Amino acid sequence: MSTRMNLIVMSILLVFVVLYLSVFYVDQRERALVLHLGQIERADYQPGIHFKVPLIEDVKRFDARVLTVDVKPERYITRDKETLLVDSFILWKIKDVSTYYTAMGGDRNRATSRIFNIVNNALRDEFANRSVQDVVAGDRTSMVSDILSNTNEAVKAFGIELVNIRIKRIDFISEINERVFARMNSERERIAKETRAEGAEEAEKIRSDADRQSTIIIADSNRQSEELRGNGDALATDTYAQAYGQNKEFYSLYRRLTAYKNVFTGDDMLVIEPKGDFFNKFSDAKN
Amino acid sequence: MAWNEPGKDDKDPWGNRGNDGPPDLDEVLRSVQRKFQSLFGGSSSDNDDTSGNGSSIIGAGLLLAIVAIVWLASGIYIIEPPERGVVLQFGKYKETTMSGPHWHIPYPVQAVEVVNIDESRTAEIGFRSTAGRSGMVPSEALMLTQDENIIEMKIEIQYRVEKPADFLFNVQNPVKTLQQMTESAVREVVGLSLMDDVLTTGRQEVAIKSEKLLQSLLSDYGTGLLVTSFNITDAQAPAQVQAAFDDVVKAGADKVRMKNEAEAYANDIVPRARGAGFRVVQEAEAYKSQILAKAQGETSRFLQVMNEYEKAPDITRERMYLDTMESVYSRTQKVMVDVSKESSNVLYLPLDKMRGGSKSAPTRIDLSNMPAYPSSNSNGTNTGSAQDNARSRGGR
Repeated sequence: MSTRMNLIVMSILLVFVVLYLSVFYVDQRERALVLHLGQIERADYQPGIHFKVPLIEDVKRFDARVLTVDVKPERYITRDKETLLVDSFILWKIKDVSTYYTAMGGDRNRATSRIFNIVNNALRDEFANRSVQDVVAGDRTSMVSDILSNTNEAVKAFGIELVNIRIKRIDFISEINERVFARMNSERERIAKETRAEGAEEAEKIRSDADRQSTIIIADSNRQSEELRGNGDALATDTYAQAYGQNKEFYSLYRRLTAYKNVFTGDDMLVIEPKGDFFNKFSDAKN
Repeated sequence: MAWNEPGKDDKDPWGNRGNDGPPDLDEVLRSVQRKFQSLFGGSSSDNDDTSGNGSSIIGAGLLLAIVAIVWLASGIYIIEPPERGVVLQFGKYKETTMSGPHWHIPYPVQAVEVVNIDESRTAEIGFRSTAGRSGMVPSEALMLTQDENIIEMKIEIQYRVEKPADFLFNVQNPVKTLQQMTESAVREVVGLSLMDDVLTTGRQEVAIKSEKLLQSLLSDYGTGLLVTSFNITDAQAPAQVQAAFDDVVKAGADKVRMKNEAEAYANDIVPRARGAGFRVVQEAEAYKSQILAKAQGETSRFLQVMNEYEKAPDITRERMYLDTMESVYSRTQKVMVDVSKESSNVLYLPLDKMRGGSKSAPTRIDLSNMPAYPSSNSNGTNTGSAQDNARSRGGR
């Protein structure tokens, strides 16, 4: 009984062990291939549960996610002989696990450095064909898509796919930076001067306009004033002429007499020959 | 949270964070399983070999039942409200579970990974808020604009996990990738913008464009991340040129000041000129009215006298003449000289001496027996002096 029991337990145990050795999972994040005595048996294992022959076959797992290579900043020379410091990163993934395993032996560092070299060369060529302006302000997406299609041809042999190359920084090297700063300073200076001069211009315009307005206002008022005065004078003259013209003889008398009164005032000293109408009775009453 | 730190190594940290343990166990046992495959260890570590003592079938059955219950209970897990559970079956993605209590088929069939989708996470470009006060990172902050100028940007973005399964399975290090993509997106947008725009009015536009670009990149690679806010916290000129930029701002202020001063001047003199002009016109109006009134008054007076004159011209003429002469002579000093009788003699008149004498009593030079001229106050003289007064008042 005990031996029978032991036998059952032993056989169950054996089944479990065999099951354990022949079953393997592939995680959602992974792809796997199975080596049959060192030879690739099958490579397209999708996530899920799979079986293999225990002991003889071996499972190799690879990351199926998009992987990132952060490239160190590199110096590239543009068509116009400027040196630029370019910092980029590469998104890639393992596309064909069997090719990848064969080419890289599953060593991701090796893959990374190969990718880096290929992309680096492609970028160097691309920058050499472009001016600084093209590189900085140009369409990065189209520039990268050219590089991508070329480099993808190259890395296909390693079972790798480059998903994208993103250029992060494009900077001048520090010596050129100083020049840029000097240029920016001079540019600001120009703008500041221009702004101030514009301010002076506007101020002068406003002032001269105000001066013009006030001069015109005064002149216009003077004109109006002269017109009014002339008008007044004319009306007065007309009034006088109409009135005095009614009797010229009397006017002449009246005006003269008035004038005499006005002309000779208290302080005057008259030296008179007592003649004329006024004096005609003065020395001789019978005259 | 330690699990989203970008500095961590490639090992995915999600499995370490279950509320109920199964993912932990899963991890451990899977590694054990791998060892089994490579080297034939053969030792029994499972809980299925407990029936070895063989005392009684009932006892063994009871034990098996307890083991089964414990096994089944190990599949219970609870998802908190801000979290989602991602269920894997034999390593393959099965489903995403919402918050609340759940059960999964226990190890080794299914496993759960928990992701917090509500938590707002922050990424910083150009500075680190943890590093000192300013904490600027020049290599990230300095950017080239389209017009080949250099500006300094500081950006803070908020994001959260939108699709937990994508977040877990598609990209090796989503958080680090996001950081790099953000920098790349901002630089691309800034590279297509002019410096003045970025520093002033176009800042918001840069943020909007960058966010759009970043989100499309994140979606393209299925990072499962959603950018909730994109803030350019600072966009300014680098320290090397800051003074020049400040001067431009000052120049702008100067411009406004000069304009204001000129406008103040204009506002001062134009109304004054209007006032002065108004005064000139008013004075002219006054002059006109005055001169007309004077003309009318004088002519009216003249006409009235004329009417009377015409009734008796001779006598009136005589009277007026005599009245006037009387008035004139009575008010002035006089020297009578008879030229006709002594025409050959030179007449010497010490006028200055005569004038120096008393004014109140006019000096009378005695020429023959001239009688004192009687001063009379007739009506005629009175009107004459009144007329004088009127004239001196009205005259200009």
